[in-house]
Amino acid sequence: MTANVILRAEGLRREFVTRKPLFGPATVVRAVDGVDLDILQGETFAIVGESGCGKSTLARLLVRLIDPTEGSVWYDGQDIAAQNPQALRALRRDLQFIFQDPFSSLNPQMTVGALIEEPLITHGIGNRAERQARVADLLTRVGLIPAHADRYPHEFSGGQRQRIGIARALATGPKLIIGDEPVSALDVSIQAQVVNILEDLKDAFGLTLVIIAHDLAVIRHMADRIAVMYLGEIVELASAEDLFTAPRHPYTETLLAAIPVARVGPRRVRTQIEGDLPNPTAPPPGCRFHTRCPHAQDRCSTERPRLRDLGRRQVACHFAETLDLAGLTGADTTRSPAATARFALYRAARAQEDASTVPKHNESSTEEPLS
Amino acid sequence: MTALSDPLTVAPKAPSRFWRKMRASKSAILGAVIVIFFVTIAIAAPLLPVPGPTETDWAAVRKAPSAAHPFGTDEIGRDVLSRMIWGAQASLLAGVVSVLIAVALGVPLGVLSGYLRGWTDAVISRFTEALLAAPFLILAIALAAFLGPSLSNAMIAIGLSAMPLFIRLARAQTMSVMTEDYVESARAIGLGHAAMIRKYILPNIFPPILVQSTLTIATAIIAEASLSFLGLGKQPPAPSWGSMLNVAKNFLEQAPWMAMWPGIAIFLVVLGFNLLGDGLRDALDPHDL
Repeated sequence: MTANVILRAEGLRREFVTRKPLFGPATVVRAVDGVDLDILQGETFAIVGESGCGKSTLARLLVRLIDPTEGSVWYDGQDIAAQNPQALRALRRDLQFIFQDPFSSLNPQMTVGALIEEPLITHGIGNRAERQARVADLLTRVGLIPAHADRYPHEFSGGQRQRIGIARALATGPKLIIGDEPVSALDVSIQAQVVNILEDLKDAFGLTLVIIAHDLAVIRHMADRIAVMYLGEIVELASAEDLFTAPRHPYTETLLAAIPVARVGPRRVRTQIEGDLPNPTAPPPGCRFHTRCPHAQDRCSTERPRLRDLGRRQVACHFAETLDLAGLTGADTTRSPAATARFALYRAARAQEDASTVPKHNESSTEEPLS
Repeated sequence: MTALSDPLTVAPKAPSRFWRKMRASKSAILGAVIVIFFVTIAIAAPLLPVPGPTETDWAAVRKAPSAAHPFGTDEIGRDVLSRMIWGAQASLLAGVVSVLIAVALGVPLGVLSGYLRGWTDAVISRFTEALLAAPFLILAIALAAFLGPSLSNAMIAIGLSAMPLFIRLARAQTMSVMTEDYVESARAIGLGHAAMIRKYILPNIFPPILVQSTLTIATAIIAEASLSFLGLGKQPPAPSWGSMLNVAKNFLEQAPWMAMWPGIAIFLVVLGFNLLGDGLRDALDPHDL
């Protein structure tokens, strides 16, 4: 692909010291271990993986909220990892971040208006009247009302706070927004609203979105391309369609198999992986997944697979070409004839009911404020 | 529930939890009343119908409480009530000003220490530990003796002695606030250090600092009384509770009221500040409703 690359990571590596004895070497975790990726202008790029695989660290490295141990991140011809603090602050106008927990990521001492206005003041955008007009506009765009500007974050519900966080991230008119599990702290019903808001805003503002998630269902709905991470490495990178229908890495297959399928009747045999994530301070030699991989062979425990280009995708598995892996095929999502008939009946009944009542003005009306 | 189903509904503005809890706490109210009472008489001292604190009445030396002198008179015939009222000024002033000194020096040092970490933190922390190694009162006495006896020097001495407490508290609170997501969110928008400290750190460490200040005022008042008792505080003939006790100890058997009233006053004002501080701590505690 030769589309415009907006953000490029090269050999990104980050170690954390977990224990430093007085004598002897420190114990380090390689949270991110040699990640290369290109994020294209205007796409929605997802990074998925289980807890502890380093995806949040990667997200923070991409906008240098933490410093990489090694490697570089290129944005607009500049290496973010090498900028001085002043230049980095200026770059933040273009690169914004949405946090996972809407309850702890808003300063409790500031009003909503002040929170959204703050990035504008920081980057010297507009005068007071212009900034306030912008705040009102942003609040409206994320589905709140301008009158909420003088309230404090604790007066809002989780979903509403996440919208405030999104408005704050949007304030400076960024080119790229990274969301670190932006909906995982929210109720499922509210997740959908926030995902919809993100998608609408992406179109309206011409954004590039990078979404970190462990919930593949949300990702399938949003993402253009997906990178699967395991123990600090990318094991597979492909378009959402390819990844879901035909995974080429055994770990991707097990992740897909873990998605619940709403279907009555016997489920296809699940690909089970045994054991927990290996201790990240002492990752296994060879392929990091070989301790849990159902297809592991001798070669896997000695030789570490590199991320290889397989035409439309990249996979880090020695046997990517030969393994027969199951994705989510149509069989999983189509219904039995009986079920289809029942759903058709239900829809007809619903349509009749809807026609007889006043239509609701807003679909997304399930949110309740927190008392 | 139907009324709440609109996505734009926001919880109605709740009455401040802080005031609700303060009002509900009887001991906090009692503390506030005591503190307000002493502050009022200290400020209103020149207006009150009492003799001057240094006026002597040689016809009434060491007289027990009577209608003319409700709290009695001291060894040179001065009205004890009047000296108590004027002494409140010295005590409260010493308590408040010395804590202001401690906060003004200690909080910036503590915030810097917790914010910058690294060698700045190491230097400030070792300095703090060195100061904390000497007991509070001993340090205050040594500093006051070094600076020379006067009320302002006593306040400086007490302020410097209380400073390490605030360095430590501000440092620990800053470090705790620094781990919050909202601080990272401020970095994510590119906020500078000065704005970060002013808008994110200071407002969020303020409540514990306020509580500690209130409680330290009580300690500072005792320290001022101790310094005055030792002759290192307010100088005679100007009244202060500590120096009154100092003189009174010579006449404990002949004129016990001379010692009783300053003792009671110190006890009450310290109790008042402690109750108020405890009440503030409970009301400002974010962890329970």
